[in-house]
Amino acid sequence: MSALFGKHGKHGKHGKHGKHERHESRLPWVSSNTTPESDELVDSGRRSALKILGLGGLVLAVGPGGVRRLDAAALTAADPWNPHVYVKIADDGIVTILCHRSEMGQGIRTTMPMIIADEMEADWSNCRVEQADGEEKYGSQNTDGSTSIRAFLPQYREAGATVRALMEDAAAKEWGVAATEVKAEQHEVVHTATGRRKSFGSLVASARTMAMPARERLRIKSPAERRWQGKAMRSIDLVPVTTGKAVYGADVILPGMKVAMVVRPPVWGSKVVSVDDSAALKVPGVEKVVRIPESPIPGAFLPLGGVAVVAKNTWAAIRGREALKVTWDAGPHATYESKAYKAELEASVAKPGAPGYRTGDVAAALASGARTVKASYYMPHLSHAQMEPVAAIANVSNGKVEAWAPTQSPFDARNTLAQYLKVEPANVTVHVTLLGGAFGRKSKPDFVCEAAFLSREVGAPVRVQWTREDDVRNSYYHSVAAHRLEASLDASGKVTGWLHRSAYPTISSVFAPNLPGPTPDELINGASDVPWDIPNMSVEVCPAVAHVRIGWFRSVNAIHHGFAIGSFVDELAQAAGKDSAEFLLQLIGRDRVVDQSKNGMVEPPKDYYGAAWTDYPLDTVRAKNVVRTVMEKSGWGTKLPRGRGRGIAVHRSFLSYVAMVVEVEVLPDGTVLVPKATVAVDAGFVANPDRAKSQMEGALIMAMSNTLHSEISFAQGRVVQSNYRDYQVARMRAAPRTVDVHILQNEGMPGGIGEPGVPPACGAIANAIFAATGVRVRELPVGRQLAGWSTRATEDGSS
Amino acid sequence: MKVSFRVNGKPASVDVAEDMPLLWILRDVLDLKGSKYGCGIGQCGACTVHVKGVATKSCQLPASKLAGADVTTIEGLSPDGSHALQKAWEEHDVPQCGYCQAGQIMAAAALLAKKPKPTDSDIDTAMNGNLCRCGTYLRIKAAIRSASGTTTTDAPSGGRSGQREEAHA
Repeated sequence: MSALFGKHGKHGKHGKHGKHERHESRLPWVSSNTTPESDELVDSGRRSALKILGLGGLVLAVGPGGVRRLDAAALTAADPWNPHVYVKIADDGIVTILCHRSEMGQGIRTTMPMIIADEMEADWSNCRVEQADGEEKYGSQNTDGSTSIRAFLPQYREAGATVRALMEDAAAKEWGVAATEVKAEQHEVVHTATGRRKSFGSLVASARTMAMPARERLRIKSPAERRWQGKAMRSIDLVPVTTGKAVYGADVILPGMKVAMVVRPPVWGSKVVSVDDSAALKVPGVEKVVRIPESPIPGAFLPLGGVAVVAKNTWAAIRGREALKVTWDAGPHATYESKAYKAELEASVAKPGAPGYRTGDVAAALASGARTVKASYYMPHLSHAQMEPVAAIANVSNGKVEAWAPTQSPFDARNTLAQYLKVEPANVTVHVTLLGGAFGRKSKPDFVCEAAFLSREVGAPVRVQWTREDDVRNSYYHSVAAHRLEASLDASGKVTGWLHRSAYPTISSVFAPNLPGPTPDELINGASDVPWDIPNMSVEVCPAVAHVRIGWFRSVNAIHHGFAIGSFVDELAQAAGKDSAEFLLQLIGRDRVVDQSKNGMVEPPKDYYGAAWTDYPLDTVRAKNVVRTVMEKSGWGTKLPRGRGRGIAVHRSFLSYVAMVVEVEVLPDGTVLVPKATVAVDAGFVANPDRAKSQMEGALIMAMSNTLHSEISFAQGRVVQSNYRDYQVARMRAAPRTVDVHILQNEGMPGGIGEPGVPPACGAIANAIFAATGVRVRELPVGRQLAGWSTRATEDGSS
Repeated sequence: MKVSFRVNGKPASVDVAEDMPLLWILRDVLDLKGSKYGCGIGQCGACTVHVKGVATKSCQLPASKLAGADVTTIEGLSPDGSHALQKAWEEHDVPQCGYCQAGQIMAAAALLAKKPKPTDSDIDTAMNGNLCRCGTYLRIKAAIRSASGTTTTDAPSGGRSGQREEAHA
């Protein structure tokens, strides 16, 4: 799959696999560029780099320890070095950049090559992006944790700067002048004194034999020299998307491909008792019914198992599955009831937990405060409900597995396929399509395994298609959570003690059976790393057993931490009789830079969101800056009529600081509208600010869904909801009129962008509801809780 | 059943189950994969196409009702992506993941064909059936505004309710 700037599609030569001919459209007027690219060279541990980058030209790879120039021999040799970035300049000057991260809307297929091309002094119209397959040489490709830029920016820059230096050296040599006399400029090298020019393409042959520039000689561009970094760059996938040609998971077609629908266990761990497939097999187009063995729970990334209907087309598979009669045993989690579980979690946080952060003597502080405030919060399970239900295509033949999937983690997909089908990873290829939304769901390759299992069983390529109902009912769910917070205030309203207990079934529970609950180190996801200046604190996790698959969901546990903490701080401000924003600033307190791992954390994990603690200390000036920015830009403090209100919250997650002021209007019937939001983000250097803005807009709207509408609940172990009709998410009518995003651009170490916008939004919305109505919402979603609010007595005594 | 209709100005003839929705005819039979599956119950709009110029959720239109229909899909909206909305979508860099956007553009195109200068309320009504989980609603609205040469008509009180999409045929 390829995207060429300006145009799209490059059709590779047919490979020796011979199993996926370019599919010719059955309608003569439809030009289809949706077929997978075929291999040019295969059967090597390094096949995708070879395949995509091809031979010839100048190929550079950047990994830990620097940049190397590659030739075919180096690529095919068994070399443990894991470069993340590949760049090629062909003899005609065309630049190809291999994107090792998955595109799911965050814009990495644009931002990553943009940084490299900028540092190279490449002409953007001569650059192409190719999507990398899943391979160990890229290291973890799991596109999660808001990692892509923050983990790789230095490597991207180094890759580009190396190419630029090589081009300059090659031109200087050809002209017989000093390298200092020449300068790369938009795909050419210019001899400054004479104005002579050589194109990048014409320098490739020389550059291939030049000594590699020493790392210390590399010059990363200064801010003033940058062409695109830090400025807006439109997505390279825009035209394919707006013309319907972009290729997502279900859009890949292989010759002879079957379509499968699977009936999966209705309760986590339940097993098939009997199957009556007589009616299903009578549905025209249905070809086979196949049992997929239930994977023992917890099952990690393995498929749930069940019964598959394999058919000629999607509709036949849907109809066939409807006609299938499967009976299940009750399963070990058939007693899972959301209402009872909520009470369990609340009981759990009523007792002391295991601390992830402890400083001072919180018990003494709580006992001696002039005033204490206590509150409990609850958030239900959520489902990603990404617009593209998961789907995967697989072809298993002659012991080789080839899959196409909208996966966030092609390398995990490859390894899981190998484990599941008991084949060597070298015999598994995973191609990455565009992802139609992911939000964490598509880090888990269970659905890719289903496709491969069925392909092997039926001896043909198979697409497994999940329906929306499958997506809602058999997902990996965001943790349900309960929180208890207590704080003491002194006579002046300053917080002297802070006790926070968090209980939620942990994601680890899908990897290890019978876990009693989360571990204290998980609290660094937005609870034990709060930026407050409080002398006595204890942040604890409490037990919670999982009864369903738990998985990553955009910003993960920071969602409920952000809601609980953001709400509680506002409650403290009310108790102290202070303005919520001023109170926040006071709570963050003195200017300071703190390595939090050495300051109260109990057995902190080795790294902080995968980064070194020392690279990302808490900087309270940055936390206060985002707060002050939203205060200033939102009209904070100006009066609004009853029924309208503003809420503020600040949160740090994924190494970025985000503050929000959300304005709501609550109608008499309890409907919550969000006319306006103001967002400030300090994520260090932001490479593509417009994409960062779009992530903040999206984070706010997703947080509106999380806060106002969405809930996954269980009865008798089964998901109650089924589709968008009852699993509700924000629609156009609910969209804010204005989301005013301020990116506090700086040259600091980059933080995450995709996720950190979600956590402060939930709290800010709840706080705005309180400001508008006097009703404090402590259980989400808000749903119909506010109906008739204007005639109710309120907590703050107003009415 | 055999059914003949027109897709993007050309005749199409298919032999499919009479309850097979147009969406799957387009995707699985006619190889037009720009229209996306999102929910199958007419709640998300990812499959939106035009039938005689009217925005229609193709997952809700069975083959039995298709005879003689004049269908336009995203592939047929313009020959080269040059429809005013496609251009406006580029101008505002609307898409994030992009999966819902073909449906969004088709819904917006039907709106502008009927009402070239829509009010905010017109846009909300026409677009409320098209979900975007990435949350590109503000840019969708801005792009529709650009393409129609209009500016907001709303009092600044913000979004309305309407969490459930009305039943669509």
